[in-house]
Amino acid sequence: MSIEVVDPGPLTTIQDLGRVGLAHLGVPRAGAADRGSADLANRLVGNPAEAAVLETTMGGVTLRPLRAVTLAVTGATCEVRCGGRAAAHGLPLTVPAGTVVEVGPASQGVRSYVAFAGGLAVEPVLGSRSTDTLAWVGPPPLAAGQRLPVGVPASAPAPVDAAPSTQHPRVLTLVRGPRADWVDDDAWRALDGSVFSVGAASDRVGLRLEGPVVRRATSRELASEGMVLGAVQLPPSGQPIVFLADHPTTGGYPVIGLVGRRQLDACAQWRPGEQVTVRVDRSLPPDPRR
Amino acid sequence: MRLVTVGDEAVLVEVGDPSTAAALAAWARAGGVAAVEVVPAATTVLLDGVDPELVRQELAAWSGGGAVPSGPLVTIPVSYDGPELGFVAEWWRCSEDEVVRRHTSVELVSVFCGFAPGFAYLAGLPTSWAVPRLESPRSRVPAGAVALADTWSAVYPRAAPGGWRLIGTTALELWDPHRDPPALLAPGTRVRFEAS
Repeated sequence: MSIEVVDPGPLTTIQDLGRVGLAHLGVPRAGAADRGSADLANRLVGNPAEAAVLETTMGGVTLRPLRAVTLAVTGATCEVRCGGRAAAHGLPLTVPAGTVVEVGPASQGVRSYVAFAGGLAVEPVLGSRSTDTLAWVGPPPLAAGQRLPVGVPASAPAPVDAAPSTQHPRVLTLVRGPRADWVDDDAWRALDGSVFSVGAASDRVGLRLEGPVVRRATSRELASEGMVLGAVQLPPSGQPIVFLADHPTTGGYPVIGLVGRRQLDACAQWRPGEQVTVRVDRSLPPDPRR
Repeated sequence: MRLVTVGDEAVLVEVGDPSTAAALAAWARAGGVAAVEVVPAATTVLLDGVDPELVRQELAAWSGGGAVPSGPLVTIPVSYDGPELGFVAEWWRCSEDEVVRRHTSVELVSVFCGFAPGFAYLAGLPTSWAVPRLESPRSRVPAGAVALADTWSAVYPRAAPGGWRLIGTTALELWDPHRDPPALLAPGTRVRFEAS
């Protein structure tokens, strides 16, 4: 059983939960940038969470299943068409063999997810079917004419009445990170409520925030150190970067803040130019070195 | 040793120097700590995918010492023909031949990988040999470039932007995702450069 790629769109990759245990070799985690939407797509077609799905970027993807298959499209809002007819976003669809499935360009959000019952069965690389776009580890991005193998469905999809909305309010809540003291209290106060716009260079590596300059309290240099998913780095430019799925495993800029897992899904869906309000979570003790 | 909490699931352990970081990482990986990722770096070890409170207890069992891991010895044949061989000779106030002699005389150790898959930070050059990075990084350093920055040596596993001083090239394959382990110079690996 396989799926033919008719038009891969600008960037469509295969993603699962990512590769772990290799950060010390410099290998990013990768995995779906909007984990919640990928999870939902898998649930809708009866797959386990670790099944591999497609992740589109802005422009969509066009596919032709060579056998009948159940699929679901989630994530960024987009038009879905099966055999030229409008089909549902966020619901399982059973598509007959040979029917062209068009996942249109995103009208809200950036990344759509397409799950197939049985999951994409391409060969894993270093334990994962994810493509990491920083080092290009994993299966290459989709190409026209390529055939994607699909596995055997684990179970029948559960009946679904309505899928939860995947709209994301544009508020980014930061908690203090390991180098929070590189920004003084006045700058932290100024940051709370500040409005940034999403930079055009944002990608699977990081969400770039452009706006008021966040000044460092020190001009020291930091030795490279390990980076976590959701780390908010502050380069000398004073424009923060939120590290997403393909972030480098070490870095030399201070991590002043951290963004929670659920917020990362939103970070993966905000579009360049959109305005994001930063909130500083004051519920934590001011000193992270408890 | 100082512990810095990184959110709900990670702890950064500050230890002060690369060899202690390597020793702690080896101890943690050998079972001292239940972590998803153990990422040694220049003066820290990141323990990711942990319960921060549990890690505090686990780390209490670390003696603070422990041997720097002594991994396999890899010999890297190098053509010392890089564009900054002359710069390094001037910086070290010696001849280019002497740069090659010095760089091939020291046994280095891979302390950590980062920047790119398989890019290993090799420690062991004396501090008096530290060289500054380029003022402005090159947009493309070729794969196999042998480079110096501060007291670190490294080999670029593949073409990438970079600001290190290039002194030579090797044909050795540093990174192969289909090899186990994929990185030739995983942390703990001992390295000798050899003029070819």
